[in-house]
Amino acid sequence: MVIDDLNAIAEKEQAARKKTVIRCCMAAGCMSSNSETVKKNLEQAVKDAGLADEVEVRGVGCMKLCCEGPLVSVDTQDALYEKVTPEDALELVKTLKGGKTKVKRGDFNHPFFKKQLSIVLTNSGEIDPERIEAYIAADGYQALHHVLRELTPKEVVEAMVKSGLRGRGGAGFPTGLKWGTVAKTQSAQKYVICNADEGDPGAFMDRSVLESDPHSVLEGMAVAAYAVGANQGFIYCRAEYPLAIKRLQNAIKQAKTLGLLGSGIFESPFNFNIDIRIGAGAFVCGEETALMASVEGKRGTPRPRPPFPAESGLWGCPTLINNVETFANVPPILRKGAEWFAGIGTEKSKGTKVFALAGKITNTGLIEVPMGTPLRQIVEEMGGGAPDGGKIKAVQTGGPSGGCIPAEALDTPVDYDSLTKLGSIMGSGGMIVMDETTRMVDVARYFMEFCVDESCGKCVPCRAGTAQMLHLLEKILNRQGTARDLAKLEELCDMVKNTSLCGLGQTAPNPTLSTLRYFRKEYEELLQPDPFGPGRNGEAKKSQLATK
Amino acid sequence: MLPTLLHEKPKAADRVMQHASGDKRFKILEAHMKKHQFKHDALIEVLHKAQELFGFLDDDLLLFVAYKLKLPASRVYGVATFYHFFTLKPQGKHTCVVCLGTACYVKGSARVLEAVEARAKIKAGETTPDNQLSLLTARCIGACGIAPAVVYDGTVTPRQTPETALEHLKGWISNGN
Amino acid sequence: MAAKTLTIDGKEVSAEEGATILDVATDAGIKLPTLCHLDGVYDVGACSLCLVEVAGMNKLLPACTTKISEGMDVKTDSERLRKYRRMTLELLFAERNHVCAVCVANGHCELQTLAYSQGMDHVRYDYSTPKWSVDATHRLFGMDHNRCILCARCVRVCWHIEGAGTKNVSGRGARATIITDLNQPWGDSETCTACGKCVMSCPTGALFHKGSTAAEMEHDRDKLEFIVNAREKKQWLP
Repeated sequence: MVIDDLNAIAEKEQAARKKTVIRCCMAAGCMSSNSETVKKNLEQAVKDAGLADEVEVRGVGCMKLCCEGPLVSVDTQDALYEKVTPEDALELVKTLKGGKTKVKRGDFNHPFFKKQLSIVLTNSGEIDPERIEAYIAADGYQALHHVLRELTPKEVVEAMVKSGLRGRGGAGFPTGLKWGTVAKTQSAQKYVICNADEGDPGAFMDRSVLESDPHSVLEGMAVAAYAVGANQGFIYCRAEYPLAIKRLQNAIKQAKTLGLLGSGIFESPFNFNIDIRIGAGAFVCGEETALMASVEGKRGTPRPRPPFPAESGLWGCPTLINNVETFANVPPILRKGAEWFAGIGTEKSKGTKVFALAGKITNTGLIEVPMGTPLRQIVEEMGGGAPDGGKIKAVQTGGPSGGCIPAEALDTPVDYDSLTKLGSIMGSGGMIVMDETTRMVDVARYFMEFCVDESCGKCVPCRAGTAQMLHLLEKILNRQGTARDLAKLEELCDMVKNTSLCGLGQTAPNPTLSTLRYFRKEYEELLQPDPFGPGRNGEAKKSQLATK
Repeated sequence: MLPTLLHEKPKAADRVMQHASGDKRFKILEAHMKKHQFKHDALIEVLHKAQELFGFLDDDLLLFVAYKLKLPASRVYGVATFYHFFTLKPQGKHTCVVCLGTACYVKGSARVLEAVEARAKIKAGETTPDNQLSLLTARCIGACGIAPAVVYDGTVTPRQTPETALEHLKGWISNGN
Repeated sequence: MAAKTLTIDGKEVSAEEGATILDVATDAGIKLPTLCHLDGVYDVGACSLCLVEVAGMNKLLPACTTKISEGMDVKTDSERLRKYRRMTLELLFAERNHVCAVCVANGHCELQTLAYSQGMDHVRYDYSTPKWSVDATHRLFGMDHNRCILCARCVRVCWHIEGAGTKNVSGRGARATIITDLNQPWGDSETCTACGKCVMSCPTGALFHKGSTAAEMEHDRDKLEFIVNAREKKQWLP
């Protein structure tokens, strides 16, 4: 494979493009609402109408407005059809010849779509994720070629530093710095790992990227491997995402066939292979040292850092670990330039971020917005606020490691540092909206139960501390807790945060701490008078005196 | 020769291999291990395959894996019990997985689970005595846009309520009416 | 190996590269509380009792797994560390059923000794009083899961000193347990060599010699160090 071959594939693909394209969402959300049959019926209807030469029915990745699925769009009409049933297919094809339809029509001009800025999701909902030619026609693998033939590994790392990209997995560590550290570590063997163990409940951005544009992740990983000097990559994907795994396997096979993975890529001395490792249902494996233990076929228990994976990771070799969205950002950055990317977002958080909007909100689905977009714009304008006239009470970000941001703070711009200041975190991008019917103590209990369930059991603060905190939260919820219990809870939050071995334990108290910070009243309303406390004794004495 | 040496105790490894010899699925599993060059780090991949072939991981199966991958049995057991995806008990004919991810939770998936538990008379993680239904929970299946989601026999089904869920389970539970 | 100079509790010390903070502190005569650490086997950093403050780091680091570096400034004792250590011990006591008065290891127990030395005189949390079993099927030894603190020392000695791999941890979180082979009764284990190293290594009364009554059980940790030194350094005098 040389660049001419790549361009030839792209040209051939573009030349084969038909006049009209009907896109049918084939991501997991819509597929659960039978979009596969919708697509089959659309194909049949096109064939029956004799339009096969001018109309293409294309299965595409996520079209973002998941709550209205299955979604179908017709590009010549600039139309988005919602909740399409298999029976609607015939009617939709008839509209191509001027027919009318009663199928619900969405609005591409709604802020939900208009306010989005796509970098990672550019191809999502546009191209067929199961065909590498479609990705190549959308400038795919150009960045890899550019990097392999025209840049030194050092220049690639410099470009990443200049772009200001920060890890999209949650902690927001500068990507260029991480790559530089791995590149500098001397070792004959290095690894690149893509963390696709998207375990935060309420987050599905990575799933969508893998299902909609798997090649962008592969290309990003290959670029990273070249920059740090690795020849083997692993994608650690959770078993709960069978479709994403299927599409990744397919994508790797196609890339290997075309020589875009394997040895001597683009006739350079660079070799790179990628294997998929499938998780088995352990949230803690999203933590990088636990993930590596799992890749090695062991119990997914984390180990203390330092040493960091960049120095000693998989099988003791220097290892670069980034998440799906981070890798998907790499090809566009190298194609369009680090300056372009650095021009988007805020001073300290560059580029865009994909969020999964869900919970008590009208428009649930995927959105990609520039860093620094106010939370209010995301949930009220784009998300359409709480459904049925409800009132938004809080927005939960960062899953079990994050916190609840109260409605009063909705004007906060969404970037790493602002969210941290509010006691939450950016996290991987899950955004759950809660309305007035949600009890915040119950939310804290929900996340604590999650952490108890998912704690690996290795270190004492996380194993025994979360169990004790859950017990205290349940005691308070059952109206059996006292002010003393609340104090114990707060003390444990501080202790578990500071003494746990890994990120899971260190962030487990966050949902409790943030709800205590903003909704303390809800806790206090549940408290009972302390039978041993001074107040209660005082009252008892007073009433005794009164009877005397 | 001493009489004790004539009556050797059968070796555990021989016992396991004998057990495996009559079943074709063990051959398929071994081929899968060979694909991974019997490497230790393939343990989780191999357990996935074993569960896919046998439905659950019983002791003899775990011993077979341990023997072939040259790992201590305790290590294989430790890994198999660490990950929620693996089950050491036989599963029912049908499975119902209620998602308890945050998005599903705030939209009432706990009530769906309660309703199913009450009707099937089992708790999450259990199987009905007639082996018809296994009730499981998941910590987010990434289908938050269509919450609350329930997976019936591998098919993700959107926007469930206690009523629709019970409707779905008709015929799967003997007292399901 | 290059020597590194660092400060521990204000004392300037130097040690070889690759040493851990715990090694250096011990050499300097500073006694750090530890539970999961055991001379002779590798460290896992699980009990969080040996956490120390390192200047310039916003996180507390386990002394047993953190390697020293040039110019490091370590603090092994502070009001905050003492409080966290006490709380860790309280959590351990509340987690399973630790009743010293009826325990074989009473008076010879590391958990008990640490509670004394760290000033943990009572437990403020509700005891969870779980029902764990006792495995008395082995001819020589017993395992009382009620007294287990999941330090996994027994797992490490079984695997890395004896090489039998009989013991491991199963499950996860608070439900994690120490198992023999496929979670079968210890007495049925076909791999256990009955070497007794796990019993020597146990910090509490969870693993014990059969026939010991309350307060009789003494563990012999020095034997493990002896075996490791004998095997690795060919040093046969204890």
